[in-house]
Amino acid sequence: MKQTAEIGYDSRVEADVVVTKLEAALNWCRKYSLWPMPMGLACCGIELMGTGASRYDISRFGAEVMRFSPRQSDVMIVAGTVTYKMALVVKRIYDQMAEPKWVIAMGACASTGGMYRSYAVLQGVDNIVPVDIYVAGCPPRPEALLDALIKLQGKLMREPLLATLKKPGPALPGQKPPI
Amino acid sequence: MTALELANQLRAKFGDLLSPPVEFRGEVSLKLADPERIAQVCAFAKKELNFNLLLDITSLDNYGEDPRWTIVYHLYGIGHNQYLRLKTSVSEEKSELPTVTGVWRAADWHEREIYDLMGIRFRGHPDLRRIIMWEGYPYFPLRKDFPLGGKPTEVPDVAFSKPAPLEGGPFVTTPGGKDAIEREPRVRTPEN
Repeated sequence: MKQTAEIGYDSRVEADVVVTKLEAALNWCRKYSLWPMPMGLACCGIELMGTGASRYDISRFGAEVMRFSPRQSDVMIVAGTVTYKMALVVKRIYDQMAEPKWVIAMGACASTGGMYRSYAVLQGVDNIVPVDIYVAGCPPRPEALLDALIKLQGKLMREPLLATLKKPGPALPGQKPPI
Repeated sequence: MTALELANQLRAKFGDLLSPPVEFRGEVSLKLADPERIAQVCAFAKKELNFNLLLDITSLDNYGEDPRWTIVYHLYGIGHNQYLRLKTSVSEEKSELPTVTGVWRAADWHEREIYDLMGIRFRGHPDLRRIIMWEGYPYFPLRKDFPLGGKPTEVPDVAFSKPAPLEGGPFVTTPGGKDAIEREPRVRTPEN
């Protein structure tokens, strides 16, 4: 005789109750309120603005709050060419962000230096900050940036939050720096 | 007043200091033999001939030839709508000429850019320092003997730079080498 087990959600019993792990709930909160710090340095910044505007609404993902202060933001979207002159400024802004923080390198210039193989352009922002997601494109379509945001959210969901929550982040003295 | 007439007036005032005007495709250029007089020539051009807009000052690196630098001034007059180009040559040992910021204030940043990227100094400039590269950068990047990828430098707390990996290009050229059309012809025929 076939045994079936009722594992389903019975709306009469569990109506508004969702059972989950604390870690998943906290990660869920984090991923749907990622506030970007738009490091819009060049043309990719225009596409970032386009992504934040109404047609390719980044607000669907909770990220329309583009906080230009690093203290109030979670993810730094490096959108544009990072020159050597600007590199240490980007690093300083990244250091000022509070944990947890992520970096999206948007576009070819931020990922690898792009078409600028020259004396003045940093060949990839990952030389100075740890990058989580790279977006290809020159500039990437807004949909590509949203795809990167979704991938970052996926990465965030898989993070073992409670294991790392009590450890001090790499910004404190005594910790080794992120790179 | 056409540009040619204005150039001839300039030449009438300064005599043999200026070459005969060369006209090419509607653009008139004059060559100035002595770069030390550039400020006086420009002052005359602005006050008497009404070339009141300095469009650009740029410089050339004639790597291998004796006056290594050629500095080019593009002048324009808003009243008479005429353009004029003035060129002077400076040798590498000297690498200095008088500033024209007394004539046009716009020359300030153009001359700073030339100093930053080529290393040509301008005597009398109010604030001659680097404008594009950072203070303390030791090289002059647009000289022909400076590699496109750059050289490693470090100015602590300001900026660092590392040589960019070029690996022969498609966008890499060497001075004196083949240009892109010769290296990668568009039409591939059985011969090439």
